Amino acid sequence: MEEVPHDCPGADSTQAGRGPSCQGCPNQRLCASGAGAAPDPAIEEIKEKMKTVKHKILILSGKGGVGKSTFSAHLAHGLAEDENTQVALLDIDICGPSIPKIMGLEGEQYVEDNLGVMSVGFLLSSPDDAVIWRGPKKNGMIKQFLRDVDWGDVDYLLVDTPPGTSDEHLSVVQYLAAARIDGAVIVTTPQEVSLQDVRKEINFCHKVALPVIGVVENMSGFVCPRCKKESQIFPPTTGGAEGMCQDLKVPLLGKVPLDPHIGESCDKGQSFFVEAPNSPATLAYRSIIQKIQEFCTPRQPKEDLVSS
Amino acid sequence: MLRAQGKAVHQCDSGWVPVFVDQEQSISLMSVGFLLENPDEAVVWRGPKKSALIKQFVSDVAWGELDYLVVDTPPGTSDEHMATVEALRPYRPLGALMVTTPQAVSVGDVRRELTFCRKTGLQVMGVVENMSGFACPHCAACTNIFSRGGGEELARRAGVPFLGSVPLDPELSRSLEEGRDFIQEFPKSPAFSALTSIAREILNATPALLS
Repeated sequence: MEEVPHDCPGADSTQAGRGPSCQGCPNQRLCASGAGAAPDPAIEEIKEKMKTVKHKILILSGKGGVGKSTFSAHLAHGLAEDENTQVALLDIDICGPSIPKIMGLEGEQYVEDNLGVMSVGFLLSSPDDAVIWRGPKKNGMIKQFLRDVDWGDVDYLLVDTPPGTSDEHLSVVQYLAAARIDGAVIVTTPQEVSLQDVRKEINFCHKVALPVIGVVENMSGFVCPRCKKESQIFPPTTGGAEGMCQDLKVPLLGKVPLDPHIGESCDKGQSFFVEAPNSPATLAYRSIIQKIQEFCTPRQPKEDLVSS
Repeated sequence: MLRAQGKAVHQCDSGWVPVFVDQEQSISLMSVGFLLENPDEAVVWRGPKKSALIKQFVSDVAWGELDYLVVDTPPGTSDEHMATVEALRPYRPLGALMVTTPQAVSVGDVRRELTFCRKTGLQVMGVVENMSGFACPHCAACTNIFSRGGGEELARRAGVPFLGSVPLDPELSRSLEEGRDFIQEFPKSPAFSALTSIAREILNATPALLS
């Protein structure tokens, strides 16, 4: 779809093609014919493609800078440690595609044989290239990623998103509507300012009928390497994610403490689990990953096993 | 963060009245947050609707006499950023302030922001490196939790001013949570001296940027 006018009412609006700002838009005829309101054929095409993808998980955050991409990358690493598990990580942060760097990829798409990555970052020729796109163009890219990438047999498709509740989030939910998303993991830091935005994300999930797998509280305390005393750098003034999860009856998947090795590993494009296998942060991650796996593949109740 | 939650926006003859956040009425604020009935309500808007609101925030708010209009943007280089640049262009914006954390992953995104500024003709006032080091309150040992130096290096390579580093300070986070004035309450904090130094740099640079 080509560039749309600034005051575009939206292709699926009742004003589509008929509003004053539609004059001169290349899509005016298409919208006025009602084609914009019809379901996008790509949704069925994507449903077909997704038949070989067992589990789809979105990683969301309300705020930027809470460590969502770091979490997505390490969730991918953790799941892919079992060489029989095929993992794909899709980065739909079109303007800020950090996943290639965090995964140590310059252009090749496979980190391991069983861990593949797709990102707009691979399509940019320079690290200084800016993707200055409005919503509709970003949506088109996301559609292409889902429909035109040969995902093959995948156990887990993880989708890393930009912060917020906008085009990218709506698009990925809409395009995967027929393909069933297992759920969303929401990453936050402990402060109220961050939690406020998580509540909005949870609200978004309810609005679009997306199950919430749970919340991860990142940057949860820091243990000084010299004196070993703990500090709350981002104080949980209103009870942190734990309090919020209790109020909203949403699972708290875990709390990950601050660890300088995490940032270092990401900058080097290496798995933090390999760099610091016994760190409290690694242990926290592993526990969270296990809970996510259990959500996606619940064990059969004992009664069923006995009778089968 | 400015202790203005729950306040309402009123209309006057010249448009929406921004909310004053201090007694002296030296800081006024406009945000979509004031237009939500419920603070937990998600604003699930696509680009065009966001752009339209931003245009209104510039043209339909009765800002009055201002020395500085500071625009806080979300991360990225998309609808909000383009809408802001276009809406402010007739008013000759002073420039853009880039905030990064020290790690390469963050700097990697800010490089793209710098390109955005170049392409849209927006002057870059400088780079600020935030979350730059943490001094343990128990033993004063400094740990570079998010690495160090990335912001300064970025500014140097891009040929733009490096305005300063702001260290992590739990009191700053706490003040923002509780809507208190960090600048008033913690004048001895290293974050305070960093923030006031950056503000001073901007004030000093303004006449040259205006001409």
